[in-house]
Amino acid sequence: MSDIRKELEQRILVIDGAMGTMIQRHKLTEADYRGERFKDWPSDLKGNNDLLCLTQPDIIKGIHKQYLEAGADIIETNTFNAQRVSMADYHMEAIAYEINVAAAKIAKTAITEFKAAHPGSSSKYVAGAIGPMNKTLSLSPDVNNPGFRGLLFDEAMNAYYEQVKGLVEGGADLLLIETIFDTLNAKAAIFAIKKYFHDTGKPELPVSISGTITDASGRTLSGQTLEAFYISVMHANPLSVGLNCALGAREMRPHIEELSQMAGCFVSAYPNAGLPNAMGEYDEHPEDTGHYLEEWAKEGFVNIVGGCCGTTPDHIRHIAEHVKGIKPRKLPEVEVQLS
Amino acid sequence: MCLWAFVVPPTTMSTVIKPYSRFAGLEPLVVRPETNFVNIGERTNVTGSKKFARLIRENKYEEALSVARQQVENGAQIIDVNMDDALLDGVHAMTTFLNLLQSEPDIAKIPVMIDSSKFEIIEAGLKCVQGKCIVNSISLKEGEAKFIEHAQICRMFGAAVVVMAFDEAGQADTKQRKVDICHRAYKILTQQVGFDPQDIIFDPNIFAVATGLEEHNNYGVDFIEATKEIKQLMPLVKISGGVSNLSFSFRGNDHVREAMHSVFLFYAIKAGMDMGIVNAGQLVVYDEIEPQLRHLCEDVILNRNNDNNEATEKLIAFAETVKAKGKAEVKDEAWRHASVEERLKHALVNGITDYIEADTEEARQKYPRPLDVIEGPLMAGMNVVGDLFGSGKMFLPQVVKSARVMKKSVAVLTPFIEQEKAERQSTEAAGAAKILLATVKGDVHDIGKNIVGVVLGCNGYEIKDLGVMVPADKILDEAEKFGADIIGLSGLITPSLDEMVHVAHEMKRRGMKQPLLIGGATTSRMHTAVKIAPQYDNGVVYVLDASRSVTVAGSLLNKESKTGFLDNIQTEYKKLKEDFENKRPVKEYLSYADAQQNKTNIDWSSYASVAPSFTGTRQFDQYDLGEIRKYIDWQPFFIAWELHGKFPAILSDEVVGAEATKLYNDANALLDKIVTEKWLNARAAVGYWPAKSNGKDSVSVTVKNQSIQLEFLRQQIKKAEGQPNTSLADFISPAADHIGAFSVTIQGIDKYIKEFEAAHDDYSKIMLQALADRLAEAFAELLHERTRKEFWGYAKDEQLSNEDLIREKYQGIRPAPGYPACPDHTEKYKLFSLLGGEEATGIHLTESLAMYPASSVCGWYFAHPQSKYFGVGKIEKDQLEDYASRKGMSIEEATKWLRPVLD
Repeated sequence: MSDIRKELEQRILVIDGAMGTMIQRHKLTEADYRGERFKDWPSDLKGNNDLLCLTQPDIIKGIHKQYLEAGADIIETNTFNAQRVSMADYHMEAIAYEINVAAAKIAKTAITEFKAAHPGSSSKYVAGAIGPMNKTLSLSPDVNNPGFRGLLFDEAMNAYYEQVKGLVEGGADLLLIETIFDTLNAKAAIFAIKKYFHDTGKPELPVSISGTITDASGRTLSGQTLEAFYISVMHANPLSVGLNCALGAREMRPHIEELSQMAGCFVSAYPNAGLPNAMGEYDEHPEDTGHYLEEWAKEGFVNIVGGCCGTTPDHIRHIAEHVKGIKPRKLPEVEVQLS
Repeated sequence: MCLWAFVVPPTTMSTVIKPYSRFAGLEPLVVRPETNFVNIGERTNVTGSKKFARLIRENKYEEALSVARQQVENGAQIIDVNMDDALLDGVHAMTTFLNLLQSEPDIAKIPVMIDSSKFEIIEAGLKCVQGKCIVNSISLKEGEAKFIEHAQICRMFGAAVVVMAFDEAGQADTKQRKVDICHRAYKILTQQVGFDPQDIIFDPNIFAVATGLEEHNNYGVDFIEATKEIKQLMPLVKISGGVSNLSFSFRGNDHVREAMHSVFLFYAIKAGMDMGIVNAGQLVVYDEIEPQLRHLCEDVILNRNNDNNEATEKLIAFAETVKAKGKAEVKDEAWRHASVEERLKHALVNGITDYIEADTEEARQKYPRPLDVIEGPLMAGMNVVGDLFGSGKMFLPQVVKSARVMKKSVAVLTPFIEQEKAERQSTEAAGAAKILLATVKGDVHDIGKNIVGVVLGCNGYEIKDLGVMVPADKILDEAEKFGADIIGLSGLITPSLDEMVHVAHEMKRRGMKQPLLIGGATTSRMHTAVKIAPQYDNGVVYVLDASRSVTVAGSLLNKESKTGFLDNIQTEYKKLKEDFENKRPVKEYLSYADAQQNKTNIDWSSYASVAPSFTGTRQFDQYDLGEIRKYIDWQPFFIAWELHGKFPAILSDEVVGAEATKLYNDANALLDKIVTEKWLNARAAVGYWPAKSNGKDSVSVTVKNQSIQLEFLRQQIKKAEGQPNTSLADFISPAADHIGAFSVTIQGIDKYIKEFEAAHDDYSKIMLQALADRLAEAFAELLHERTRKEFWGYAKDEQLSNEDLIREKYQGIRPAPGYPACPDHTEKYKLFSLLGGEEATGIHLTESLAMYPASSVCGWYFAHPQSKYFGVGKIEKDQLEDYASRKGMSIEEATKWLRPVLD
């Protein structure tokens, strides 16, 4: 496998689309989610998509392969909620680590099988997906008590540490901290990653960071402007920084343009398939998403593109076709002295 | 040479990222070469601020936050937080304070400097802040291993670090040791820990000079020269320091201390000092230090002419003289000896009217034409006022006093200007831009608008104020006649919002060009963006308060900035509008029938309504103002003057305390007069009647065998499990109950307002209006208490302090039609008819249902212990239709009155 940094200097890489949308298509039942191993689990498990890495690994692998067929260069592990803080909803704290190992292995296998079927295809990468958690470190869940916190930094950091350990041991090629609502959660993840590689002495994997601008204010949910967010995560020395989720490509464009001006590293963008319609569904056509991202590529804003909520292999296929052959954003010159 | 040779096509330029120091709160702070000295707020430090320490010790974190807020308002760009106190659990205090601080966007926008000598406290702080912090500090004091360990942890949190010039052998005092230690730390941090040089801030130790010990005399020079050398050796690092240490030996003599700090910074910043922990509000301008003192400070700080402590002795001797002077307060009238221009400026800045007439006359004789006095010294003085206000160094009550001085001075000049005009037969080409202000039709409130007028007047605009209840046509006719450059609309009650939309619409129809400003308590940026701005294309701008009006007017009247400013506003409003429209479907609503099912759960079977001591109404005339005065809630009074803080804490507030106290004393002096000279008439009406609800949203009131039906609205938003969809009707029993109503009004201010206007005394005018409002509210509070204990008597044993009254700790409520619990203003017709109409209440209702006189309050009384204040929030179409049919209104009419609660 070639070095992803070299690849990114040569071409725009495509990251896969939504996992949840694809899982929904399988119309899985409670029993499907439980599988044999958890058939007697005391709480409901339907909706615990990350668990499917253990109970329905073939479905997950199949989705990965559909995205690879569509032209994705980077596929994300099915681990958006796979740390003990979020898993507590299902009382599954104890298997968080195991899910991460399995998820990374499934993604690896999908790539191996795809490569066997398509000899000579370009390099493919597994991104270990690290989600935002279901609790935030900067915001109080109690409006009457703004100083209260439902989660402590150390709890978040330890949960992420365990997730990182699982993803690395399962064979992830890079780590992707994504859908960041609250920069302090992301900082806990960065801390956990640095600590894990420091503790184990293993060679550090590249880290990608992707924040979420929640609305037209241009700020994260926890209130930071884009530049403040960028400054606050720079110490991760990331491979790339970017935006995903919450907005469709149309709404995300000015923010991506701004980010591409300030980022010293590569820039990624994987918007939703438009904004949800009145029924809460995403209905942007794949061709439209493709057109938007092609324009960004031509403007020189991006190095990694793909899709988030509501995007499908069809969207990824269009995106891949539209950005093919367009030169990636050139890394800016980072000066080390004042001229 | 051809200039074009230098133009590089943009596409071939690649972006360059400069190695600037970057920090972040909710917003970024980038220190560029052209960035001025960065102020670090120092008051949120338990070792430096007694007040802050006391608040933290007493667990008053909310109040402690206001200390932080003031720092930001005073221009701090970074906030230093220190909880190092032997009596405190530092980890707990740091965590609690920073968590709270994160929930205040106006404070959390700037980066936090986590300041402690205990690393565990620093770590606790780093775990609370999402932005990029600065750790203050780490050092080589305990050796390299500890230093590296601490630095690595800071790096894992992404924090920048302040490194003290301190090593195993102690604190560096000489220039050479400072430079050596910093350089050693630099190499470790950049080569072993992986720090970027721009994330390192050195503190090369500022020590006290002029202590009497000769070995201390060179400390200032050592710092300044070390700074210079560190910057040469390591150009990307930053230099910081705690400035107040320098003047430690002059404790208690702020005059000398401030001068020393100012002189020191002048030289240290030149040498490369980038930031410092200073009390920016207390720094004198270098140029304004009296030359003798400045010279002495320079000798001491730069260690010149200082053999045998000579310079030190001189500064100490000088300090003694200022101390003595300070006690005798001899300098008060010194300004009277200055030139007439200086005297006018002094009078304007300090709001002194004592000599203004004589000084104006003197200036008039000195200048060729009377207008020259206005355009020369008076405007120069008002510009100073404007600048000080703009930079937060003056507060609104002071500005209003300045305006009073200005008006008095102009009044002296006006006859001469008129005379000159008549003689020359030439109309003066009026230079000042013109702004027309009005409170829209149907609304009678104008305190805020008056303040805006005064503030804009101070900034050199010619103001025409059309007063209150001005119809759209009149506003626009007058604007054309007057040649207004800007039109400003004000309103306080919700129907005024529609009237503003109407005015904007009319402006478009008439093809008007001037921008429209929107302000007043009921207006908002969102409403302006969504409803008003789309009506008119030549600029609609929402203005939050009087202080903003100046910058907005300035931007609009500057030809160069106007287009850009309006474009920005338009883009912003468009976004807001889209955002608003996109967000709408998110909230879930119940059907009206389901909402009615989910009403407040009250067990009526075990409730017996207390019968009032009388049914029917009772009126009060000439009520004792001295009694009413005791019930005044002062906090809204200070808010009216744009002084924000809790009463009475605001009186001792570090920043606005002095001004708030003055204002409070002025208010009480005027109140004394109002009470003893019986300026005003406090009138009221109360009434109590049998009533019952229909189990839904109607309440029928029995008056002399007749029945009047009151209509209420019900919350329709989907609530959390167990939470009711409340309506005021829920608080009245369907079996047998009672309801009450009241109105109060303060009559008679018009005569005094006219007198103040004639005397050009806006300060007293606004003061009187604000006090009349407070008296009306206080009267309502008083009557409510008498209602509970006496007239209705359902809580005869109540014992509450004034503070508890303000916090509404009593049983029962008094909501007013038009306010959140019963947003339909038209129910006021029924309320006033029950109380006996205009004759009985002394209150006139306008077509928008505002009450005149403006200082009036009305409402319903509900007695049930579970009754509480709430907001109806948005309602759906099904409830609108039902309500319209209950009220016998058309859907259109109901829509008009209920617009604020409809989408």
